Amino acid sequence: MTATLHVSVWRGGAVGSLAAYDVPAQDSQTVLDVVTYIQRHLEPTLSYRFACRVGMCGSCAMTVNGVPRWTCRTHVRRVASGGRLELRPLENLPVIKDLAVDMSDFFGKWSRAHGAFAPAAGLGEDFARVAPESPERQAASAGIECIGCGVCYAACDVVRWNPDFLGPAALNRAWTLVNDCRDGDGAARLRAVAGDAGCHACHSQQSCALYCPKQLDPTAAIAGLKRATAKAALWGKL
Amino acid sequence: MGARGETWLWILQRATAAVLAGAVLVHLATLVYAVRQGLSAAAILARTEGNLAWLGFYLLFATAAALHAGIGLRTVLREATPWRGPSLDVAVLLLAFAIAAAGWRAAFGLFA
Ligand code: SF4
Ligand code: SF4
Ligand code: FES
Repeated sequence: MTATLHVSVWRGGAVGSLAAYDVPAQDSQTVLDVVTYIQRHLEPTLSYRFACRVGMCGSCAMTVNGVPRWTCRTHVRRVASGGRLELRPLENLPVIKDLAVDMSDFFGKWSRAHGAFAPAAGLGEDFARVAPESPERQAASAGIECIGCGVCYAACDVVRWNPDFLGPAALNRAWTLVNDCRDGDGAARLRAVAGDAGCHACHSQQSCALYCPKQLDPTAAIAGLKRATAKAALWGKL
Repeated sequence: MGARGETWLWILQRATAAVLAGAVLVHLATLVYAVRQGLSAAAILARTEGNLAWLGFYLLFATAAALHAGIGLRTVLREATPWRGPSLDVAVLLLAFAIAAAGWRAAFGLFA
């Protein structure tokens, strides 16, 4: 590896430009390490987000050499061709400043997709028994590890074309709840995800699944929602 | 269009795709056969006139094609342009009807 990394970083908001920094290369360096080095040593006013640094909180996603990634777990060695890095904010979300985007739309869509658990049981009722091997539990488990990083949302063409599209993460979340036997939201959630810019707008081209750092498959979750809403419509229950 | 409408459009789009998958094959096979056999227009008409099976087939084919094209075009326009809402729905419905009408006219032309 070259001893120095040549890093261009987006500075500004919706309008702005790339600024160039030279950062010493190190073994096992992550992209987040590079950004932190720039902020601590070269450009104290650089804005970016991180919290856990171990791939749990989902706050550190950026566009790295054109690809949306979680930066705390992306090694420079794997992505910097010729010692060059270009860091931009995530696509499809308004830029607040530099590498920090406004996630309000992203999380607002989770609530529009009824992404909150709505318990079916009342207080004092017995615990639900969920068979680990039941197909519903398996389907929920497949999508449950989402960290809300927004990488899939930034990679989705349909979000780009139709800003109202609920997007892969919110729909993936809804699908885990549709499969949760303890949840009582039922048809209301199906109605929420099947509207004008809901699951039926997805093209199934799998950019979300390709880039999700947790290797989730929102495309499969959305396909599940399409089937579930179609079934509900056919039975007159939508 | 709300959740029910969007979902029904999706179901319709899948169902018409299934119909078209078969119908296009039959249509192409018929074309190849007619060309290979060197059938004249009169010879073709002789086979289709008064034939309810061909009439039914082409009515179904034209209807499926019109619905499929209308729904698909609506999706494309909603993504590629800012045009959304009821005016778009009515416009593509009219277009689908025009396509269907042209197809039905041709089907009846072969029949009668
Ligand atoms: S599969 Fe659907 S949700 Fe995923 S990136 Fe493509 S259009 Fe977006
Ligand atoms: S589905 Fe994957 S890419 Fe999308 S927000 Fe969740 S963890 Fe991130
Ligand atoms: S800093 Fe928490 S996921 Fe990267």
